[in-house]
Amino acid sequence: MAEATASREPSSPDPAGSEASRAAQDAVAAVATAFPGVESSVFRGQRRVVVPAERSFEVLASLKEAGFDLLVDVSCVDYLEYRGAKRRFGLVYLLASTATAARLTIRVFVDEPVEGTDPCPVVRSVVPLWEGADWLEREVWDLFGIRFEGHPDLRRLVMPEEFTGHPLRKDYPLQGRGERHNFPVLTRDRS
Amino acid sequence: MSIATSEFDVATPAERSEDYLWTLNFGPQHPATHTTLRLVLKLEGERVVDAMPEMGYLHSGFEKIGEHLTFNQYVTVTDRMNYISPMANNVAWHEAVERLLGIDLTPRCKYIRVIIAELARISDHLLCNGAVGLDTGAFTFFLYAFYQREVIYDIFETLCGARFTNSYTRVGGASQDFTPLVIEKIRTFLKTFPKTLDDMERLLTRNRIFVDRTKGVGVLSKAEAINRSATGPVARASGVTRDLRKDEPYLAYRDFDFKVCCASAGDCYARYLVRMAEMRESLKIVAQALENLPSGPVNVGIDQRTALPTKKQVYSTIEGTISHFELSMANRGFEVPCEESYAAIEAPNGELGFYVVGDGGEAAYRARCRPPSVLHFALFPQLIRGHTLSDVVAVLGSLNIIAAELDR
Repeated sequence: MAEATASREPSSPDPAGSEASRAAQDAVAAVATAFPGVESSVFRGQRRVVVPAERSFEVLASLKEAGFDLLVDVSCVDYLEYRGAKRRFGLVYLLASTATAARLTIRVFVDEPVEGTDPCPVVRSVVPLWEGADWLEREVWDLFGIRFEGHPDLRRLVMPEEFTGHPLRKDYPLQGRGERHNFPVLTRDRS
Repeated sequence: MSIATSEFDVATPAERSEDYLWTLNFGPQHPATHTTLRLVLKLEGERVVDAMPEMGYLHSGFEKIGEHLTFNQYVTVTDRMNYISPMANNVAWHEAVERLLGIDLTPRCKYIRVIIAELARISDHLLCNGAVGLDTGAFTFFLYAFYQREVIYDIFETLCGARFTNSYTRVGGASQDFTPLVIEKIRTFLKTFPKTLDDMERLLTRNRIFVDRTKGVGVLSKAEAINRSATGPVARASGVTRDLRKDEPYLAYRDFDFKVCCASAGDCYARYLVRMAEMRESLKIVAQALENLPSGPVNVGIDQRTALPTKKQVYSTIEGTISHFELSMANRGFEVPCEESYAAIEAPNGELGFYVVGDGGEAAYRARCRPPSVLHFALFPQLIRGHTLSDVVAVLGSLNIIAAELDR
């Protein structure tokens, strides 16, 4: 993620001196001292921290302790066609604090495993920390094919159970692949 | 907690067979689900022992489409997410895009967006509370609510020509400016609506049947609301004082005087009360914004090269002509940084945010929508356990789940 080069900086809704901004700054500093090798950046007033996949759970747990009690969103970006990207998938954890209204974005980058039979990357689930992550992680598994280790019920969320493939991956076309043949033909006596 | 589960705890393993439980499919096409969603309920007599929410019946790949439509085209798709308040979705989408592109809106545009977002909030809450009333047997209340929605539809039609799927906002501005007629219609609405709101409160707020059906039903505690990522009226009814309009004032919300409506009970009745109170606060915001509406252009200037110039500018200035041509041509639109950002607004349902990734092209590389409905629907089993089958519709209605937003 390169730093911003845009010339127009809007009036940020979160000016640098505010309580929320300070809380986010302190949290990033605490994470950086506790977990060396963590990178952070700021874009349009939003603080982001890149965390290695094997330590993501610990970092998120420590941030939850530090006051980021609300998990706003878990999503993913497939960087297959992104210019200059080195890793395949980037998970996005959006955290917020209900007390200080501070926000923090945690990025976790993973690749497809080169060996083994399972082509899906594995990340540790954060459901033990936030129960709200349950369906969000199910959606990421469904649409991107990233397994969450320790998730209590990792089923597809929006696509049907019989579906194969993960539609939001960049190698999955917008249209044209035979979705219909993924499903068994139902006859009247079998339905 | 519930009668059914406490019985489970005392039973021996041999007796714990769930054979006597009755499985009921609720939806996906039941009229009381209002939209296409499905619940598999496990019943013991009339008591719900467990519920398994299912979604995906309306999945249309909106996020995938978002990677193939330009920033201005995609606003038509956001209309179809939460179609109860499409204006709020339009505002949320372009808020996120403008955050990514770094566009600072004109003061008039900010005020206009506040007004339409608050009108959308009123119309959403009217439908949600109306539907709760309808499901618990108050049909007249629903008609009162729907009549006022019709008035808001009429305002939007006067404003942009579309009643339902408005697609009103544009990158750096809006498709139309407020005309005197629109302002007059909103003023009339501001005058007449409080009377209807009073009538609605008199009809339902102290109605014995309604209170009995909703009070103490579907209780969500504050800790649970935070842990399960509830936002909006659902969280505020449980005592979470989080409102993005106050916490991170986007657009022009800093300029207005309004209260954040909260309750502590966390039940269906509290959610109803919070929505009723929020409508009054929204009216206050609309009134303040309308009376202080700044003059000047709606769209950002020609030099920003993001919003289409007016016809007068196109025909009389060279910058206008160039800008109009460039914005209309493929691959000559505005510059998009290779960056990603998240912006959220306090939509009627909760925090509606978009995580937009730009790759320099004219469409988003990734357009993630953070839908409040998904997280609220995931709450459902927690809220319904131990209640009766007839409470299912009350809880479902009070969460205000819109399947199109749920599945996207």
